[in-house]
Amino acid sequence: MEVVQLQTRFVEYTASLFREGYLDAQFTQLQQLQDESNPDFVVEVVSLFFEDSERLLNDLTRALNQQSVDFKKVDANVHQLKGSSSSIGAQRIKNACITFRNFCDEQNIEASLRCLQQVKQEYSLVKNKLDTLFRLEQQIVAAGGSIPVME
Amino acid sequence: MNLGGHAAKSLSMPSTSVSWKSGDGVSDQFPVGLRVLLVDDDPTCLMILEKMLRNCLYEVTKCNRAEIALSLLRENRNGFDIVISDVHMPDMDGFKLLEHIGLEMDLPVIMMSADDSKNVVMKGVTHGACDYLIKPVRIEALKNIWQHVVRKKKHEWKDFEQSGSMEDGESQAKPSEDVEYSSSANEGNWRNSKRRKDGEDEVEERDDTSALKKPRVVWSVELHQQFVAAVNQLGIDKAVPKKILELMNVPGLTRENVASHLQKYRLYLRRLSGVSQHQNGLNNSFMGPPEATFGSISSLNGLDLQALAATGQLPAQSLATLQAASLGRSTSKSGMSMPLVDQRNLFSFETPKLRFGEGHQQQLSNNSKQMNLFHGIPTTLEPKQLANLHQSAQSFRGMNMQVNAHGSQSSSLLAHMAQPESRTQMGNETNGSQISRLSSTMAQPILTSGISTGVLARNGTVDRVRGAVYNPVSQVTSMVDFSVNQNTDLSGNSFCLGNNPGVSSLSSKGVLQEEVNSKMKGSSGFLPSYDIFNELHQQKSQDWELQNVGLTFDASQHANTQGSLDVPPSVLVHQGFSSGQKSGQNRNTYLGNTMFSAGEESGHRNAPNIGQQLNALLADNSLRGVKTELLPDVSCENALFP
Repeated sequence: MEVVQLQTRFVEYTASLFREGYLDAQFTQLQQLQDESNPDFVVEVVSLFFEDSERLLNDLTRALNQQSVDFKKVDANVHQLKGSSSSIGAQRIKNACITFRNFCDEQNIEASLRCLQQVKQEYSLVKNKLDTLFRLEQQIVAAGGSIPVME
Repeated sequence: MNLGGHAAKSLSMPSTSVSWKSGDGVSDQFPVGLRVLLVDDDPTCLMILEKMLRNCLYEVTKCNRAEIALSLLRENRNGFDIVISDVHMPDMDGFKLLEHIGLEMDLPVIMMSADDSKNVVMKGVTHGACDYLIKPVRIEALKNIWQHVVRKKKHEWKDFEQSGSMEDGESQAKPSEDVEYSSSANEGNWRNSKRRKDGEDEVEERDDTSALKKPRVVWSVELHQQFVAAVNQLGIDKAVPKKILELMNVPGLTRENVASHLQKYRLYLRRLSGVSQHQNGLNNSFMGPPEATFGSISSLNGLDLQALAATGQLPAQSLATLQAASLGRSTSKSGMSMPLVDQRNLFSFETPKLRFGEGHQQQLSNNSKQMNLFHGIPTTLEPKQLANLHQSAQSFRGMNMQVNAHGSQSSSLLAHMAQPESRTQMGNETNGSQISRLSSTMAQPILTSGISTGVLARNGTVDRVRGAVYNPVSQVTSMVDFSVNQNTDLSGNSFCLGNNPGVSSLSSKGVLQEEVNSKMKGSSGFLPSYDIFNELHQQKSQDWELQNVGLTFDASQHANTQGSLDVPPSVLVHQGFSSGQKSGQNRNTYLGNTMFSAGEESGHRNAPNIGQQLNALLADNSLRGVKTELLPDVSCENALFP
């Protein structure tokens, strides 16, 4: 029962994340990749993404706060963040990165800093959401249930 | 088709794999167990892709640095079937990695990136990636990557066949040459067309070379260096897989392996020199080609070339050529082509400096044509004939003949040429000595494999010198470049020259010349030969036969070459030169070939046609008779060169 409740919550929550654009179809792909041989695949990948993203965001912050900004480096970092966020389906981060890159092309420091803020914000949001989701999963499993597969 | 090896490879195909073993060939490749090397600096993507590939039942090895990937590939040449690499990586550009892999290991490479801008995707195409995936990559996209493995093997197999057959039959040689020279895009077409023309010959060749299963050859650094050395020795233009294979003398290596690798190498060199893919980029090659090539030539006289070659800046072939040129090996050898060409001109080539840059291109192209002429004239040409040719050529001016004419006359020149003057500029007649130098230097390449180069140079000089003469300088450079790039034109040209053997025969034969002349245009000399050749082109089919008959220039060279005056530059080169190297006699044959190539005039590329034309030419004229003469005169070259 509790399991069912948890599972329902899980399903609804996941649906809302998709609906609100935090996640896209790529995330579903990740979920579909998860199987018995890799039961924690999604969690592992997302954790990896968080680690890597924090590193990138720190590098970006540093780079944009230099006396003379090296936009090539900034662009390269944003590009990578865009790649990894799109790979796990973190749609809003990806979109923020795209905007960010445009300003990098223009070498607009002000706008770039604003974009960086935006990206960081999106990152925090999705990180919280996913942490909540994973917690739900753990609860389900702890309660003896299985995690519903999203279609 | 039977992809061969893979079927045998038992990647422990589970029954799920589709018709793997059905022997159907292509589609039966083993999708399961496909060994993928994954390279991406993004750990998230790396993990996701690895999981996806594992889900496709592929064997995945991942690494996050290109250097690691390369070393993995080098250590275990046959350990992977396909490589997937990200474009933007901190330690090495993905395209660079792509090139390395293509050159050293000849594996299919898929590029991927979050960047989907057209120019980046285009870069992937031009660098030879077999596919380009946009991130985020979906598993569906990865499921079908095995098709690239199969496709590549299929093409390589075809390559082998082609190259293999080429050597056997002149006509065949043409196609392969084209293949090598033209961009890969043309290969397919070329091959097909070639098949039509040559058909039969290829078949036999193919049988033994085109093994059903092509074992994958791992091109280790040492092996590649051996390959490069062989190619240099032969001369990029004249480097035929068969010869390369022989020079390399590596057990277990097949001609197909070499042919496929050669193709890649040529593309690689072409890219290095920044020449446009198409052959007509001669100009580019000459001028454009990386400074290194040119500069080195001028400065080197082969000495630097080596260094350059070693550094990879100078295309191996060029290096070989240059070296040869600078070494000033026996002029007589070079004389082969030189005599025809005009030894003087040859020398002028010596100034590798890029005469081309100066706009030799045209010259080169002219030269090539010219060269063809000479070659076309082939073997039967006796020294005097050469002289005649010269005369006629002179009138024509752009004709290589002049060069050749000189060549014959200047066989002694050749001797002079042996002197190391290498940098002689295009030489005018006065530059003869220079030419000789050039020729001597050139000769080397020419003789051995550098004939093509020599030829090229000759062409260059011819232009310069006589106006018609090739630009020696450019030639040299072109030669260098050619080797690198397409220079199909050059190759064609060079063949002429390079064929020296053919050349000498020409001069010696003399007879041919006359006939040729008449044939060619009915007029004097070779100039007309261009036209003639063109005509010949048309005649192709018959010519071939004729060629064979008459041309037997150099029996030694290749049975094919002889008959096949196919001349197509490529053909000539291969045949004439390669064999020429083996035996001086062959030179004569080369001449014949060269003539044909000359026939191309317009299109350097016509090489295949040239041969035919030549044949036609030979056939038509009493060349036949001449031809026979030619044959016997294997020693023509001797005659040519004092």
